[in-house]
Amino acid sequence: MTIPIKVSLSSLHEGRWYEYLVRFALGGAATVFTGLVSSRCGASVGGLFLALPAIFCASATLIESHEIRRKKEAGLEGRRRGQEAAALDAAGAALGAFGMLAFAAVFWVLVEWSVAGTFIGASLSWLAVAVAAWFVRRRFRLVRSARRKSGSAMSRSR
Amino acid sequence: MSEYVIRFLIGGAVVSAFSMLGDVLKPKSFAGLFGAAPSVALATLGIAIYQHGAGYAGSQSKAMMAGAAALMVYSVFVCQLLIRTRMRALPASLLSIVVWLTAAFGLWALSGGHA
Repeated sequence: MTIPIKVSLSSLHEGRWYEYLVRFALGGAATVFTGLVSSRCGASVGGLFLALPAIFCASATLIESHEIRRKKEAGLEGRRRGQEAAALDAAGAALGAFGMLAFAAVFWVLVEWSVAGTFIGASLSWLAVAVAAWFVRRRFRLVRSARRKSGSAMSRSR
Repeated sequence: MSEYVIRFLIGGAVVSAFSMLGDVLKPKSFAGLFGAAPSVALATLGIAIYQHGAGYAGSQSKAMMAGAAALMVYSVFVCQLLIRTRMRALPASLLSIVVWLTAAFGLWALSGGHA
């Protein structure tokens, strides 16, 4: 089985300079906001906002606009394709959230033990769980589509 | 004041790094994993340990579990909105923040959360 993950550096050229600036500003603002909530409402409420999907809003909007721009350059409308691309990003984020849950759990368990070990362990857990969730979902989809194909082939042969 | 400037710069840098990593990866569903990367958490928890100690960061990460579970609900909701209602990405993702807030505070309260 081949690994279907690819790295495409050309995607970086599709972005406009202000889009990177918006993401930087949004990331900074989300971090400041979390700090403010923690200082006003306590560590526990502030901790909830560590998983605030503020960055997701920006990235989904950018993905949609890139897809629409690409389709318009090819002479197509591209709106539906843009929505589908953003929906795929959201599906990936749902799987990534499993990784974020693992990150938080490992961080909570290890933090009193070693600071460097906590950050390394929690980050590796995030990566391992998120990637594993993605592969499990892909496997299910492949099995389901293979069953569908064999089912329609059998009905045709009858 | 300078604390918030440092927060802004570290948060912006970490979030941008994860976003760019997501940009170069294909397929899109795999790149989406980086939309739920703990980028804000990495920046905030590092500062929390430095300023308040491990116990404080531990409390934050414990509550973050409810936020992460709410993020799953949120992402599935946004995905369904985009596919079924054909809403644009910005209104769909912004409106769904209400779903995230409800799920996050609901799970936090259920787990006996207190400020």
